[in-house]
Amino acid sequence: MPIAQTPTTVPVIVDEAKCIADKGCTVCVDVCPLDVLRISDLTGKAYMKYDECWYCMPCETDCPTGAVTVNIPYLLR
Amino acid sequence: MDEIKDGLAEVTCDVLVIGGGTAGPMAAYRAKRRNPSARVVLLEKANVKRSGAIAMGMDGLNNAVVPGYATPEQYTKEITIANDGICEQAPVYKYASNCFEIIQELDRFGIKFQKNENGDFDVKKVHHLGSYVLPMPNGDTVKKALYRQLRREKVLISNRYMATRLLTGKDGQIAGAIAVNTRSAEFLVLRAKAVILCAGAAGRLGLPQSGYLWGTYENATNSGDGYAMAYHAGAALANLECFQINPLIKDYNGPACAYVAGPFGAYTTNSEGRRFIECDYWSGQMMQEFYNELQSGKGPVFLKLNHLHSDTIGKIEDVLHKVERPSRGRFHENRGTNYRERMIEMHISEIGFCSGHSASGVFVDEFARTTVSGLYAAGDMASVPHNYMLGAFTNGAIAGEHAAEFAGGVELADYDRGDVAREQARVLAPTKRGDGIPPNQLEYKTRRLVNDYLQPPKVTARMRLGQARFAEVRYDMENTMVVRDAHELMRSLEVASILDCADMAAFASLFRTESRWGLYHYRVDYPQKDDDEWFCHSLLRKKDGRMTAQKHPVSPYIVPVEEDERSAYDRQRIRQYA
Repeated sequence: MPIAQTPTTVPVIVDEAKCIADKGCTVCVDVCPLDVLRISDLTGKAYMKYDECWYCMPCETDCPTGAVTVNIPYLLR
Repeated sequence: MDEIKDGLAEVTCDVLVIGGGTAGPMAAYRAKRRNPSARVVLLEKANVKRSGAIAMGMDGLNNAVVPGYATPEQYTKEITIANDGICEQAPVYKYASNCFEIIQELDRFGIKFQKNENGDFDVKKVHHLGSYVLPMPNGDTVKKALYRQLRREKVLISNRYMATRLLTGKDGQIAGAIAVNTRSAEFLVLRAKAVILCAGAAGRLGLPQSGYLWGTYENATNSGDGYAMAYHAGAALANLECFQINPLIKDYNGPACAYVAGPFGAYTTNSEGRRFIECDYWSGQMMQEFYNELQSGKGPVFLKLNHLHSDTIGKIEDVLHKVERPSRGRFHENRGTNYRERMIEMHISEIGFCSGHSASGVFVDEFARTTVSGLYAAGDMASVPHNYMLGAFTNGAIAGEHAAEFAGGVELADYDRGDVAREQARVLAPTKRGDGIPPNQLEYKTRRLVNDYLQPPKVTARMRLGQARFAEVRYDMENTMVVRDAHELMRSLEVASILDCADMAAFASLFRTESRWGLYHYRVDYPQKDDDEWFCHSLLRKKDGRMTAQKHPVSPYIVPVEEDERSAYDRQRIRQYA
């Protein structure tokens, strides 16, 4: 029984030009209550891996470079 | 990260606190202050810096009993009446007597409370009878301030560990807990002389109307794990049929927020812009009127601010868009809603368990003790009704201090190694399957069924059908659920908590054959309040592996409530409009 990959547009957006995860920063990943952010092996930048967002904003508020933006999930918008 | 690894470690402590949101940090802090030589561990599924209901802070205290504005007697009476008389007054009175000292301590931590021109606390009236609302101008700093204190007291913090079951000794006393790392699936056995459960509400029980699993009123991390753990350890849970249902901004599911905007002159209206309730304080009776208006031709319901001066609205926005749920401003902006121009559409939340706003919780006494020796509970998951954030802090402090003393007088209880092996097998079973049903589908289905079958108005035949459907989902969860990484493993464990809470919600609701607490427990086939049969708590617990319920008398009141005062909260509807 295969498991499908259903696409969703994610609410948390990371500006890769500003993100300094490739220099060792993990602040947004550390503070997310639902633990949905990860650092990409491919780009070295933070991204939203799991679509399980409470749009609570610690990731955006605590980011040292202002790279993270939390949007309202599309289903609620 | 997220790869499933083998691992089992064991640590020993005096006091283990499970949950690092609001009550938990205060419990750990006070346990350590009471006994600085004690080993105190604070276990948190997320990160204590930004976890729980107040991850982004809080705009104010909803239930501050400040000398000069209110007395513990007044507050105890108000909560007893708001809770339809089913109230253990001892823990409420204890809270009311201790909370001012906690406000002063939080003030020392650097969390400022609003003062008037005389330098006194600037308490506002929102409740039906007394004045208890105190704004917090720098409420966004709460978590940081708490974290500093925890570091200073050398509390041992373990982030990203989810407790899955409590361990008990051969006499049923507490022996510790089993936890699993949410990023590696490695196990940790925590042996403890006392355990304090502070795992928050069961906020992922019902499904929000949007259908988005994470669009809940409560922080979606609060999936009822504490309720489930207490249940499996044999603790009694009180009045679970008294659901939490709140009036919220439609779709956004954040508080609308009568406590903040109310004191500035905002109020709840119907679509004609007219008031229909006397008092915006959240009670089951108020929610019943809110529900009635929503269903009527005068629905939907709105929060009205557009009659206020633009500067006043600016002040309200400064609070609402900065703390607790700051993305609210973005939500309104997307829809082009300006508080100055139009009223804000409201709706009712999904159901949940949360004594912070209603009364459903693990049964505790005035020392936060549960019915299991050595096990304490505080905050949204303990049975002290309407206790909000300040209740979590105050009862957390009470729990921490008592647990530290208790731990000083007992030996570490031994536990059965077989219990750990069985728990490891239960937790890891979905990781051993090649394919099957993923946790998110099991969760969606469970919560959709909660809405279909348990949401008030409650109907007996419907709730029985719900129970049968939950049993089917449980079979699927136990036999076909598949998990592919450690993150998904955490979600699968949360599904188990959610399903346990759904079963408890149905069982408790069927047990109490009357209606009480307004909408929270409105049973269509038993529409009347029945004080002769049901002026009592209902206590649910696991006995010999089965769910049971029994009546438990309400302890004699410490603060008497006169006959003619008892119905104050029943008269919520505006008279000329009734």
